[in-house]
Amino acid sequence: MMDILNILLSESFWAASLRIATPLIFGVLGALICERAGVLNLGIEGIFVVGAMCGWMAVWLGAGLWGGVLVAALAGAFFGLLHAILTVPLGLSQHVSGLGITLFATSVSYYTYRTALPNVSSPPRIEPFQPLDLPVLSDLPFLGSVLFQQTALTWLALLLVALVWYVLNRTALGVAIKAVGDNPDSVDAQGLSVYGLRIGAIVVGSALMALGGAFLTMSAFDAFFFGMVNGRGWVCIALVIFASWRPGKALLGALLFGAFDALQVRLQTEVGALVPGQVFLMVPYVLSIIALVIAARSADYPRALLTPWFKGQR
Amino acid sequence: MTDSIVLKLNGLSKHFGPVIANDNVSLTLNKGEVLALLGENGAGKTTLMNMLFGHYLPDAGSIEVADEGGVLRPLPLGHPQVALASGVGMVHQHFTLAENISALDNITLGSEPLLSLRRNRRAARRRIEGIMAQSGLSAPLDTPVGRLSVGERQRVEILKALYRNARILVLDEPTAVLTPQEADTLFENIRLMTDEGLSVIFISHKLREVLAFSDRIAVLRHGRKVGEMATSEADEKSIAQMMVGAETPELAGSYLTPGDPVLTMSGVSVAGRSKRDTLTAIDLTVHAHEILGIAGVSGNGQSGLANVIAGLVRPEQGLIKVDGVEIASPTPAKMVRAGVGRIPEDRHHEGIVGAMSVAENMVIERLKDPEVQSYGLLRREDIQDNAERLSKAYDVRGPGVDAPARLLSGGNIQKLILARVFDLSPRLILANQPTRGLDMGAAAEVGKRLLNARARGAGVVLISEDLDELLSLADRIVVIRDGELHEAPGRDREQIGLMMAGEPA
Repeated sequence: MMDILNILLSESFWAASLRIATPLIFGVLGALICERAGVLNLGIEGIFVVGAMCGWMAVWLGAGLWGGVLVAALAGAFFGLLHAILTVPLGLSQHVSGLGITLFATSVSYYTYRTALPNVSSPPRIEPFQPLDLPVLSDLPFLGSVLFQQTALTWLALLLVALVWYVLNRTALGVAIKAVGDNPDSVDAQGLSVYGLRIGAIVVGSALMALGGAFLTMSAFDAFFFGMVNGRGWVCIALVIFASWRPGKALLGALLFGAFDALQVRLQTEVGALVPGQVFLMVPYVLSIIALVIAARSADYPRALLTPWFKGQR
Repeated sequence: MTDSIVLKLNGLSKHFGPVIANDNVSLTLNKGEVLALLGENGAGKTTLMNMLFGHYLPDAGSIEVADEGGVLRPLPLGHPQVALASGVGMVHQHFTLAENISALDNITLGSEPLLSLRRNRRAARRRIEGIMAQSGLSAPLDTPVGRLSVGERQRVEILKALYRNARILVLDEPTAVLTPQEADTLFENIRLMTDEGLSVIFISHKLREVLAFSDRIAVLRHGRKVGEMATSEADEKSIAQMMVGAETPELAGSYLTPGDPVLTMSGVSVAGRSKRDTLTAIDLTVHAHEILGIAGVSGNGQSGLANVIAGLVRPEQGLIKVDGVEIASPTPAKMVRAGVGRIPEDRHHEGIVGAMSVAENMVIERLKDPEVQSYGLLRREDIQDNAERLSKAYDVRGPGVDAPARLLSGGNIQKLILARVFDLSPRLILANQPTRGLDMGAAAEVGKRLLNARARGAGVVLISEDLDELLSLADRIVVIRDGELHEAPGRDREQIGLMMAGEPA
C-alpha cells in the first residue's frame, strides 16, 4: 500500500502520466470533433499509424521537426477526406468505412516503410523533440518537473484542448458543428452546407489524430516500429464517450488513462514477481471500461451521430 | 393593410412519378394578409409550399416575389437560399432545430460569418428581443432547445424566419402540435405581425381556425385549386364541401347482414409517446361480414389503434376480444394465432423483410406451422410451392420467388402482403392505408380482396385518409380524432369532413 502511495507522490509518475496522455489528447480531440459533427471516425487507429510513420519519415528524409508534424497532419487530413467522402456525400456505413480506413492506412504505412527501408532490421533514429526547458518554471518544485519538462507537442495538445473548447462554445463555427451533429436539417434550413461542415470537421479531426501518432515517433520515441500505436486509437473512441463529447472532460479522461498506464508500469516493477505482467497491462483498459460504464450512462450523444444526411430528403 | 401583391404563384405543377401532387396551381398573396391553404391530407398543400421555398423543383410554372420596394421579381426555382434571401420564411411541420444548442444559437445559425473567432451575441440578442417585443412571440433564449416546450420551439422557428427578415411567412400546419390555448396565442401574434406588414400563408385542415383567423381561403383538392374566397364570405358547409368534393361514391359491395362480433375493444387506452399513437378509452366492435372504416386526419391516433390490433402495443387499460375470446396481454404472435391478418401502413419496413426472398416473406408470419417447418428445419420445397401458388393466385409479379422481396415494386409488395394475409383466411383483417401510393389498378385489387374477405365472413378494420375509399368500401364509418372514436351518423361526406376537422357534428 505504501508502495502505491510512494508512486502517486513521485514526480516521475505524474510526468509520465502526462506524457502517455499526450497522444490520447490529440486523438480524443480529433474523434470528438468528428463525432460532434455527426460522423464516427473509426479510421483513427490507422490514422495514428499514418501520422507516426509520415512524421518520422519526413524528418528522416531531412525535414525539420515541425515540418514533420505538418506532413503528419496533412497525411491524416488526406485519409480523413477519404472517410468524409465515403460517409458524408455518399452516406456509406460509418463503421465499415472507418474500419476500412484503419486497415488501409495501416497497411499503406507499413508498405511505405518497407519500400523505403527494405533491408533494415531496426529503423533509423531521428533526433526527436526535446523537453522544453523553461527558465524559472522548470525549477519549481514538483510542478516544475511534471509540467515543464514536457516536449512542445504536449504543450500543443494542451493548447488544442483550450482552442477546441473555445471554437465549440464561443464561435459561430462551433455552434454550426454542434448543430449539424444534432439535426442537419437545422443547418440546411439556415443556408449552411451540411456536407461542407461535416467534411471539414472530419478532415480537421483526422489531422489531429495524426498528430497523436506523430507524437509517438517524434517525441515519445525516436523511430517508427510496427505495432507501436497498439490500440491507442480505440482507446480514444472510448474516451470520447467518457468525455460526453466535451473537450475539458476529454483532457481529464486522457490524463486518467495516462495515470493508469503509468501506474501499471510501476506496479509491475514493484510486485512483478508475484503477478504475471500481462495482468498489469490489462489494468488501464479494465479501468477505462469501468469508467466508461459509469460515464456512458449520462453521456449526451450527438443525436445525428451515425445518421447519413442527403440533400433534398426530409 | 394595403393590397399590393407580394407573392404570385403562376400555374405550378409537380408530379412524383405517376402521382400528380400539384396541377396548375396559381395563387396570389397580398401584403399584410393571412391566407389559409386548406385541404385534406395529400391534397398537395405542403408540396406547393415546398416549391415556393425551393425544396422541390416544379415541373411547370413560375413564382414571383416582391422585393423590399414592392416590385414583383421572378424567384429562381429550387434554391432554398434564394427563397430565404428574397424574404420567404418557412416553418415546417417538423421543426428544423438543433436541440443541443440554445434558441439564440438556432436563430443566429447561418447568419454570422463562420470563420470569425468572435461572435456579437449581444447585438444578436438585442435584435431578437426587439423582434420578440414587436411580434409578441417569446421564448427563453439561453436554454438548449431540447428543453423547450413544443410551443416555445415553434416560436423559435418563427423567430428564426423573422430574424432573417422574412416578409412572407409560410406556416405548415402550425397548430397541429399546439394546445388550443397555444394556438389562439399564436394567431394573436400572427395578427400583430401582419399589422406590421408581414404576409402569412398557413396550411391547415382545421376549419375553425381557418375561419377565425384568415383573411382569405384557398382550397386544394387532389392537387388542384378548387376554390378561393374571402373568409368573410365563407361558411363551414361550403368549405367542407370543397375540401372533400361533392359526389359520394357508390358502395362497392352488396349489403350483407353483419354476423357475430369478430373484434371487440372496450375501454382501450394507450398512452403513446405522441398524439399519433395515443388512444383514450375507445370502444369498437367489428362484426363478421362487415368493413369498418376509420376516417381521420393523419396523426390522430390511427397508429395507436393499428398497433393495438396488431398486438404491437399492449394497452394500459381495456379489454380486447377476437372472435369472442379475450386476448390477455396481446403480442403480435398471439394476434396472428387468434386470426388477425395485418396489412401494415408502411409496407416496405413493417410489411416485408427486404433482404429475404419473396417465398420466405410469404411464410414469415407462420414459421411454426408444420407446413413450413418440421423439427425446426424449414421445408424449403413446400415454402417454394406455396410461393409459386400464391404468386399465381395473387398475381405477384417480379423477378421470381427466390429474389429478394425488396426488388418488387410497391404494388407487388402489397400483393405479396395480401397473399400472405388472405391465404390464411383470417377472421379479422387490419388494413392500414392499404392503397396509399398504389396506382389505380393495384388499389382496385386491394379493394376487391377486402370485399371478398368480407363476403367470406371476415371482419375488416380499414384505416384510411382517403374518404372516397372509405365511402366506397366501408359498411360503417367511425371518425378518429385526438385518440377518440366518434361514430359517423351516416355516409354523409360533409358531416364526416366536419367531424374529422374537429367540428361538433
